[in-house]
Amino acid sequence: MLQTLSLFAPELLLAVSASLLLGFGFWGGKDRSGFARYYAIAMLVVFSLSSFVLGRPEGTAFEGALIVDGFSHYVKLILGLSAAAALLFSKSYFESEKLERYEYSVLTLYCVLGMSIMASANTLLSLYIGIEMQSLALYVMAAFNRDSLRASEAGLKYFVLGALSSGLLLYGASLIYGFTGSIEFSGIANAVNDSGTTPGIIAGMVFLLCGLAFKISAAPFHMWTPDVYEGAPTPVTGFFSAAPKFAAMALIARVLVGPFEGITESWQQVIIVISVLSMVVGALGALQQTNIKRLMAYSSIANMGYALVPLAAGTVAGVQGMLVFMSIYVISVIGIFALILQMRIRNGMVEQISDLAGLSTSNRGMAILMTMFMFSLMGIPPLLGFFGKLFAFLPAADAGLMPLVVIALVASVIGAFYYLRVIKTMWFDEERHEFVEAPQSLRYISLVSALLILPILLLPGISTGAQGLITLAAESLF
Amino acid sequence: MIIGLSHYLIVAALLFTIGVFGIFVNRKNVIIILMCIELILLAVNINFVAFSTHMVETATSNPMAGQIFALFILTVAAAEAAVGLAILVVYFRNRGNIAVENIDLMKG
Repeated sequence: MLQTLSLFAPELLLAVSASLLLGFGFWGGKDRSGFARYYAIAMLVVFSLSSFVLGRPEGTAFEGALIVDGFSHYVKLILGLSAAAALLFSKSYFESEKLERYEYSVLTLYCVLGMSIMASANTLLSLYIGIEMQSLALYVMAAFNRDSLRASEAGLKYFVLGALSSGLLLYGASLIYGFTGSIEFSGIANAVNDSGTTPGIIAGMVFLLCGLAFKISAAPFHMWTPDVYEGAPTPVTGFFSAAPKFAAMALIARVLVGPFEGITESWQQVIIVISVLSMVVGALGALQQTNIKRLMAYSSIANMGYALVPLAAGTVAGVQGMLVFMSIYVISVIGIFALILQMRIRNGMVEQISDLAGLSTSNRGMAILMTMFMFSLMGIPPLLGFFGKLFAFLPAADAGLMPLVVIALVASVIGAFYYLRVIKTMWFDEERHEFVEAPQSLRYISLVSALLILPILLLPGISTGAQGLITLAAESLF
Repeated sequence: MIIGLSHYLIVAALLFTIGVFGIFVNRKNVIIILMCIELILLAVNINFVAFSTHMVETATSNPMAGQIFALFILTVAAAEAAVGLAILVVYFRNRGNIAVENIDLMKG
């Protein structure tokens, strides 16, 4: 019992502080939303660092329902920090749009609680509960601007497709349970190793993967992404594209190399198909977008495709490559959304790519940062985005998946076109508006993320430390 | 005729298919989509309980887990319906109707 509690302490902290905050906000009224935000940010930072402060305890809690290992430690670190950054950059937007409500902080805390359960899920039941806990909070966050038709439409679309994906996932879970007799990942792994590939297990696994692919917005399950990204309030979109993607990707990695390690050849084909489709849809779909949030939606679809490339290898190096790639992607996306939130003219927010025209003369610092992030997403060598793609594609090449790597490289060349178009608009087009001065928190977040993707500053110390953590994380899965 | 596991599975598969098709084919009302989602979850529950009752308990298989899972799905489905209806009410306030063909402000 004590061991369970000590392993579950970070999640417990989130659950208790979210519930306390709910009561506090309910009785405190509207003016306490600022306090709620800073309290939630502090709790998220404590949560993300807690497992390292507690000396990285390992083991299983609740009779094997949750597992705490190096992998979940690392995932929780990134989840907590990115959610805290997303919460911090939501402040100025919600204040100026008169949406400042304490519920947003509470929802973020519950959402991170769900994601953290996803990160340490060890049975199909805890996997489902984690996903639902995260999704229910996300549906509400998408429709958070309840007076806006766009936001409520985004929430509705997200809800319908998200519920459908949960249904697919559950149907897969029921088939897996029926044909293996167990809902625990270890039990499933034993049954799969004993019986090999039976049609029931394969069908269940495919349904389960389809449900999870919805959550990472991989094609052909990406239909909701552009609309939800465009309709939801911008800070919510920024949150959507960072933490939930990382959590769902980590869950996919755990499911693939845990219970289904014995049938690698079967799931490899599914992952390859999803990965290729996402890269193609993401690269081609983004070409004619004019809204920068929609552009980021297609960019995230393509990036999920890249992140699935190393997973298809099914090796330690593959999981490691996925973690490196996703961590760098999360950092860049947080930085980009902190910049998008600075696109404010006197009448309100603007979000067309053409609104960035002439940014290099009106706001040079912002233009330089945006250019760096775009180059990083393209994968231009001095920036970390290049190393992300390198670590992602090498394991797949080593595992003999050369055609997949070639498709990924071609897709990133096509993708470079729309990133370059943003850069061209900023540096070579006639100036259109002058943005009003951005609040400091936004400028700091974008600056910190930009410094993090500059490897020159980090090469000696931090990057080796981070790599050690990622290696430990990847090895603990096998 | 003895009703065995396969009969239950076929019924669940049919319900599941009706639910999935209902979501995509239906062009009239969002409420019907919510009903289709419930139908899918119901199909999953039938699957779980049928598997659970027809499972022989051994060292590796756990018949109780399916029934527990079904109970959890019922609970979560209730929460999901509550959130879904709340979002639908918000949408109705802004739009004035809930016809599926009108949910096209943004084209995905």
